[in-house]
Amino acid sequence: MSDSVDVAERVEPAPAGRPSRGPLRRVGEAFLRRRETSVLVVALGLGVYFASASPAFLTQPNMVNIAQATAPVAIIAAGMVLVLVNGEIDLSVAAVFALAPFNMHYLVDYHGVPILLAIVLALAISAFIGFVNGFITVFFRVPSFVTTLGTANIVIGLVLVTSHAYPAPIPDAATETIRHWFGASDWAHITWCLLIVASFHVLLTRTPWGLHTIAVGGNPLGATEAGIRAGRIKIGNFMMVSTLGGFAGILEAFRINTIDPNLGGGFGIMFTAVSAAVIGGTALAGGSGTVIGAFLGALVLAELQDGMNLIGISANPYFIILGVAILVSMIANVYLSRLRRTGRA
Amino acid sequence: MAGDGGGEALRVEHVAKRFGGLTALRDVNLRLARGEVLGLIGDNGAGKSTLIKIICGFHQPDAGKIFVGGEEVALKSVDHARTLGIDTVYQDLALVNELSVYHNMFLNRELVRWRLLGNRRMRRLAQQHLDNMGVNIPSVDDEVAKLSGGQRQAIAVARSVYSDAKILLLDEPLAAMGAKEGALILDLVRDLKDRGEVSIIIIAHNYGQILEVCDRINLLQHGSITFDKPTSETSVQELTDLVVAEYRAARTQKLRPDPSANARPTPRP
Repeated sequence: MSDSVDVAERVEPAPAGRPSRGPLRRVGEAFLRRRETSVLVVALGLGVYFASASPAFLTQPNMVNIAQATAPVAIIAAGMVLVLVNGEIDLSVAAVFALAPFNMHYLVDYHGVPILLAIVLALAISAFIGFVNGFITVFFRVPSFVTTLGTANIVIGLVLVTSHAYPAPIPDAATETIRHWFGASDWAHITWCLLIVASFHVLLTRTPWGLHTIAVGGNPLGATEAGIRAGRIKIGNFMMVSTLGGFAGILEAFRINTIDPNLGGGFGIMFTAVSAAVIGGTALAGGSGTVIGAFLGALVLAELQDGMNLIGISANPYFIILGVAILVSMIANVYLSRLRRTGRA
Repeated sequence: MAGDGGGEALRVEHVAKRFGGLTALRDVNLRLARGEVLGLIGDNGAGKSTLIKIICGFHQPDAGKIFVGGEEVALKSVDHARTLGIDTVYQDLALVNELSVYHNMFLNRELVRWRLLGNRRMRRLAQQHLDNMGVNIPSVDDEVAKLSGGQRQAIAVARSVYSDAKILLLDEPLAAMGAKEGALILDLVRDLKDRGEVSIIIIAHNYGQILEVCDRINLLQHGSITFDKPTSETSVQELTDLVVAEYRAARTQKLRPDPSANARPTPRP
């Protein structure tokens, strides 16, 4: 318990100005009220279980495996949470995940752009795709599910057409240092991931942008009446998730040391990121969500896949467990928020 | 008549508004004195909400003039109207259930330090301001979803007053509210009136309640003001009779074409 109290304290100090009930108890209650609590307990519980079931689980190479499986999903999920809180969804982010490393490769190898600039430009193109998603959704009032279904297919097509469906090597211009910084090192991926998760947590919970994101998702008409420019917020969030998708794709390409047109599995990693967000306590209805919860959701999924592999269960039931986890967390989410509303939690 | 706006907060002259083939406002003239509370009544579809949305800058009128503090203004947007001190409490209150009371109070006017929310300051100021206004809620940290209808309305009103509104438009603040909750809102309005800093237009259906707090009553019928009397010179009975008479007239006319439907706004120089 002392472990988890510590976490709660770091995440958010107990609110001031309440009748004092002893600091430990207060922190404990604040911790229990947090939506991340249940998924943190699940993540720790899975860790304990797999560690006891297989001696290999807690070894450093396996920790690296889990970290590298968590990172790309959690990076995408950090941005996806903002879009989901807006009441929208971005199905195209897995396609952007595959496109960004190719754009880097084309810029460096066909146009002689320096590698770092190429990475920046590849991210800018990712952001532009996000802008298109947001623009079509906001101004033509196309549901984002449909908008991004369209752009996802276009982007997947662009990747296949331009690459002729062949993988490409990482550009020679990328020095050892750059490779290591951008994902080839064991802990590079997860370090970027933690930085991004922390920044997006602050963005969502501690800035006017985050507040407006929640307002636009929670009460679209009301937010507009309060003078919030809902369209701008939505477009901005689409641009952010797309940029993160591109960045995670570049990191992943450096990590596996090749640029693969099937990176991200068409829609695969996007759905994993949405699952992580949902398991972490983000409602698809808009208005509420947590970036840290989504990170923990990604961690749970990575632990599950890795742990089942280690203890020799076939990977096939993974999807059954994933499905059950999504449903259980969604039902718990609805139930818990009802409890909170009626003032009993 | 025009010119100095000494004791005048707002004047609306010959305002007209159509939506496609539908004439919402034909020719509205309305005057609001400084510190006055004006009750705006009228049946559903009379154009009350359209008028409010024109005064708060949400819609632009097709014809007519609007004067704020004696000066003619062309309200371009809600934000523009707000900079002139016109603020609206909408029927739906524009509160976000998922946010705390103090975040709602500062929605889109957040206090920021180093680009981060000044939560501590906002929380303190919100609490102070609500205490000043005599609004009692369990905690400013609570999500708005937890509050009762009256409390939510009070938060919405307090938010507008806090933003330095000089002219406050309340769109059916008493709708769907219990007796106790309604009393809370009426007390709030009375307090504001006693301070005399804010001029208020209230849209309402419950004539008894608004006669309690309003200085003057205007009746909007078929897109223009047809009745304008100080509260002391009218009664619930008179107001009810007026609206019911309108309903009866409309019912007997139902089989005949409505002449007002074709009437055009009268353009004035």
